[in-house]
Amino acid sequence: MTDSLPVSAPPDGLARGLRLRDPANLVSSRAISFWTVRAGIGWLALGALQVIILIFADTSSHRSVYEIVLAVTVLVAGVHLSVMPRWRYRVHRWELTGTACYAQSGWITRQRRIAPLSRIQTVDSERGPLEQLFSLANVTVTTASAAGPIKIRGLDAGVADRLVDELTTITSASTGDAT
Amino acid sequence: MTPPPVPLVEVPWRRLSPRMLLIHPVREVIRFIPALLGVFLAGRSSGQGHWWSLAGLAVVLVVSVMRWISTRFQITEDQISLTTGLVRRRTIAAPADRVRTVDVTEHALHRVLGLAKVSIGTGTSDRKRDGLVLDGLPTAEARALRAELLHRRQPTARPGQPHPPATAVPAAASHRDVDEVELLKLDPSWVRFAPFTLSGFVTALAVAGFAWNILNQAQVNAGQLGPVQSASRHLRDTPLWLLVVQLGIGVLLIITVLSIVGYLLAFWNFRLSRHPGGTLQITRGLITTRATSIEDRRLRGAYLSEPILLRAVGGARMTAIATGLRVGRGSERGGTVLAPPAPKRRIQQVAAAVLHGPEMARVVSGELRQHGRNARRRRLIRAVAPCSVIALGFAALWWWAQWSGWLALASLVLLAASAVLGLDRYRSLGHALHGGYLVTRYGSLDRRRAMIDTDGIIGWNLRETIFQRRLGLISVAATTAAGRQSYGLTDLEPDEAIRVARAATPGLLEPFLVPAEPVSQRPVLARSPRASSSSR
Repeated sequence: MTDSLPVSAPPDGLARGLRLRDPANLVSSRAISFWTVRAGIGWLALGALQVIILIFADTSSHRSVYEIVLAVTVLVAGVHLSVMPRWRYRVHRWELTGTACYAQSGWITRQRRIAPLSRIQTVDSERGPLEQLFSLANVTVTTASAAGPIKIRGLDAGVADRLVDELTTITSASTGDAT
Repeated sequence: MTPPPVPLVEVPWRRLSPRMLLIHPVREVIRFIPALLGVFLAGRSSGQGHWWSLAGLAVVLVVSVMRWISTRFQITEDQISLTTGLVRRRTIAAPADRVRTVDVTEHALHRVLGLAKVSIGTGTSDRKRDGLVLDGLPTAEARALRAELLHRRQPTARPGQPHPPATAVPAAASHRDVDEVELLKLDPSWVRFAPFTLSGFVTALAVAGFAWNILNQAQVNAGQLGPVQSASRHLRDTPLWLLVVQLGIGVLLIITVLSIVGYLLAFWNFRLSRHPGGTLQITRGLITTRATSIEDRRLRGAYLSEPILLRAVGGARMTAIATGLRVGRGSERGGTVLAPPAPKRRIQQVAAAVLHGPEMARVVSGELRQHGRNARRRRLIRAVAPCSVIALGFAALWWWAQWSGWLALASLVLLAASAVLGLDRYRSLGHALHGGYLVTRYGSLDRRRAMIDTDGIIGWNLRETIFQRRLGLISVAATTAAGRQSYGLTDLEPDEAIRVARAATPGLLEPFLVPAEPVSQRPVLARSPRASSSSR
């Protein structure tokens, strides 16, 4: 263990010039379509609901209000669907080294999670119905802390399988209860 | 059944003490009081109430006997097993060397009958309800079991027998003895902190809620009760300001009394000591006594909290950050308490004695490194923004909709208060790294200082919102298997975040670090000697 670091000492030259880089690997590019479709379903439902109201309900008194709301919905949906998946694709990244697992996720809010392989407890991959359509998979790496599961979403299914294999081999080799 | 080749005798499955047969019915009846009362009152109108409630009582009694019959446990050299449930049988087994905490609780009824409840924590963060709980062993046996489970290094007693032979358990393990080092003992004068803990307020609410529930269940019209009637007469005849003063004093009195009672109930005879076998032992309680043991090597740090009222009078409280203890809501009851509300200085001393490290004085009370100016800006914005929306709303209503201007004025006061809160939240923010401990402090209404052993850190979560990115800030959380599972350093500058993380977990971040873009091309001077003292 390092001995007491002077918290207010002028940071030494090495520490000053370093930053945490992005993880090396992008997720599958099919994830863009997956995220688009997944978000699109929600927007479609919302839009359809409004169209139904417009057609069947009696909206004679405030018709223009309903139309404006619908127009805004379509506009927001369009922006969201064209921006979010691509942005997300640029942010979602992962990397596995001999000692640690490192993943980045989010779009507006960016999250990075790092865990040493020696502390990993379980590794599992899962594929939802929509993800199977795009042959994508999620890999979740958990540690003994309930606060720190590392989730890598939108991986190519083959890559995910290899990743799980690799992680399982590494973690089964380590001993101790990883707390 | 073939006898095993080992000279061990098959350890028999045992039941809990039959004296529990006296406790279960009482407990079930208490639990069902509202229902029974309802049945009784509902039945009264039909004239058969007595029979219905008797039938209900009988069902309750049968259920409790069934529960006793169906619960069995077995403790062998290397495993503890518990089987419960009649209809839905459930067996829990845990390897004995996985036992991390043993908690012996004696409720009032238990004490009358000389029984104790033993809860055994096995390191999974105990999220699931009740794990290994042996409710109802004779007190002596419970204590012996605790000593034995926690101090396995000594030759083990045969736990299958009700009373371990005296020779098998060294005196050190079975008695409160001379080797124990006492770290903290309740000073009765600390009761003065009780009114500042809000526990009285919570108790008052609970009592009021319970009374209301009973009245509702019993379908009594509150307006017809004598005291209520005289009270409402009193309300009519008294001027408003006097009423407010009276009510205020009354509520304060009730809360004070209740919180003092609560404090005494929870912390009477509080004693924290270190056992040479490698455990911390905490005993406390007036009516319900509770003895908790935390294995030293499971202790990952301490968590000092100063709710604002307690902070105002120089008090603090402390809980343990340990793996295998319940956390969060109800942790008070879950056994993580390391110190009752007491003078902060005393609490800090205890923290320094409980944790191990070369620089404990600085860990528990040293100055912390403040976060930057942008952190202050963010705290302020986050505190003030919601309130200013409210204030603007009321101002608009006053201007255009002729609402009372008082609301707008009141919201201005709220605005000022929120600014003060934001500034105080910033002032609380701080972190440090001393002697193998990561220290972080945050919060205003409840200011917390978490001290975490860096060996217990099992990863990092870094988080930036779009606003944080614009201000050049990042929030970092160290994840751990103990306590709240993650402890955060809010709004750091990225450089500082990396410095802290690298120092706390050497080598973990290194593969992912690259030189920053040459923004400030300062020539790197000769390494300045590391300052030995910390200032802000």
